[in-house]
Amino acid sequence: MPDDTRPLSPHLQVYRPQITSILSVTHRATGVVLAFAALLLAYWLASAAYGPEAFGRAQGVLESWFGRLILFGFTFSLFYHMCNGIRHLGWDMLWGFDMAKLRITGMIVVIASLSLTVLSWLMAYGHVGKL
Amino acid sequence: MINTPQQKRSLQSKLGRVRGLGSTREGVHHWWAQRMSAVALLPLSLWFVYSLISLTGSDYDAFHAWAGEFGNSVFLMLFVVAMFHHAQLGLQVVIEDYVHSEVWKMGMLLFVKYGTVLFAASAIFAVLKISLAG
Repeated sequence: MPDDTRPLSPHLQVYRPQITSILSVTHRATGVVLAFAALLLAYWLASAAYGPEAFGRAQGVLESWFGRLILFGFTFSLFYHMCNGIRHLGWDMLWGFDMAKLRITGMIVVIASLSLTVLSWLMAYGHVGKL
Repeated sequence: MINTPQQKRSLQSKLGRVRGLGSTREGVHHWWAQRMSAVALLPLSLWFVYSLISLTGSDYDAFHAWAGEFGNSVFLMLFVVAMFHHAQLGLQVVIEDYVHSEVWKMGMLLFVKYGTVLFAASAIFAVLKISLAG
């Protein structure tokens, strides 16, 4: 050991999963998922620029059950990454580091991202009035 | 943060640190760019999701009419730029954390950087084409 004052990194294999670590891993995972969502957005915009046939093909894929499942996952990833990102910005400003606040804001992130996802899809398909 | 034991022992001067000449020769630039793009993406993402909700069920012509509107074109391009920039910065950190072979790491970093620029350029050009050519 070169220096015993350095903090040890928490080893995933021996650490009991906790809300803090689970939410942290999920933040990174949703970020990677959203990179694929960005590719899909670029493809979708390009198809619209290409012409009606290409746009129709893209819409056909997106409106299939599989396409909608993917879009639902992207919607949740976006809202989760956004809500937890706000939590991160709070930490950057040195707010919310104690365990009590970490747990409460973590729960808020989970509930808010799930609610916003469901609400968005209900609004999109007219079950809830549009803004 | 300045008074941790490591930094007391460091040979590097405090001036060297604040000038951004740390071990990566980059300072806080990456960290700051990630935060700035994140803050920009907050309103842009909400606008984009709201737009998609409103556009549900639209056909080709309706979508073109929407995307061709001045404000929508501008916001779409801002969203695309901020998003791909943020994606590149985030994927870079993930690659640097998990890929330990120098060759693979460098290859994947280049792939992600060029890829995000390529897709961002395509998306911007698509919006311009829809907006200007109708």
